[in-house]
Amino acid sequence: MSASRVSIRADDFDLGAEVAALRAGDGGVGAVCAFVGTVRERNDGAVVDSLELEHYPGMTEAAIESMINEAVRRFGVRAARVVHRIGPLAPTAQIVLVAVTAAHRGEAFQACEFLMDYLKTQAPFWKKEVGPGGARWVDARVTDDTALARWGIAAANAGAAAAAALDQRAAATSDTPAAAAPGLHAGAAPDTLAGALPGKR
Amino acid sequence: MNVTVRYFAAVREALGSGEDVEVDSRADIASLRDALAARGGRHAEALGRQRVLRSARNRVLCAEGTALADGDEVGFFPPLTGG
Repeated sequence: MSASRVSIRADDFDLGAEVAALRAGDGGVGAVCAFVGTVRERNDGAVVDSLELEHYPGMTEAAIESMINEAVRRFGVRAARVVHRIGPLAPTAQIVLVAVTAAHRGEAFQACEFLMDYLKTQAPFWKKEVGPGGARWVDARVTDDTALARWGIAAANAGAAAAAALDQRAAATSDTPAAAAPGLHAGAAPDTLAGALPGKR
Repeated sequence: MNVTVRYFAAVREALGSGEDVEVDSRADIASLRDALAARGGRHAEALGRQRVLRSARNRVLCAEGTALADGDEVGFFPPLTGG
């Protein structure tokens, strides 16, 4: 089972077929929750002609396997499947699938959202947008760090930039202890990342 | 000791997919990054402290204070934007 939990590939996926395979033969399943992410034709107001996705082969698969293990530990997920596409993708194309099965809907909803939140800031993917004005790497969003923080995990992804700015401000104001700056805690402490992720030791 | 450095996304576009680097036996990710940036030019531009980067040791995300061992694979890349 675990060998087929993660698929990183250029090819598209079929939601119905993926869900059917995920719950096949498991009479303990009472809830299936699936999320599909797709390419918007506009991002931050700019027209998107295509999206190019790059990843870190080997690390991506291992990172997502570790996320699924954590979802199983936290929510008692019965089965999970993550498909993430790479390469060039056109607007309206499917990018990512996260599907989980559980005994009850609460665990299924939570696990699906947890996996997506985790994937956004902890799986090594990078998006490049190509539009009429040329190509640009997509900026990480602090809101994605915030989403993961709800689960008690410090993301330290986009927040690292915000934290660096706060550090500089704190250093400029000599009497201000860095720890007193609100919001610094989650983003500024990459050293706490490993400690916050028991599954990643 | 020697480590293999790998670059991704904007860092890869600037420096190529990676390189083998000889480092001090007490090196950590931060000292490796600073040594590479100290070469100047594109390396300084892509890896200098003005950039917000994340790093991995042996394909696991980790803080820059993480110590290195001979034969390690170290990844440098911008914040992650998947999903």
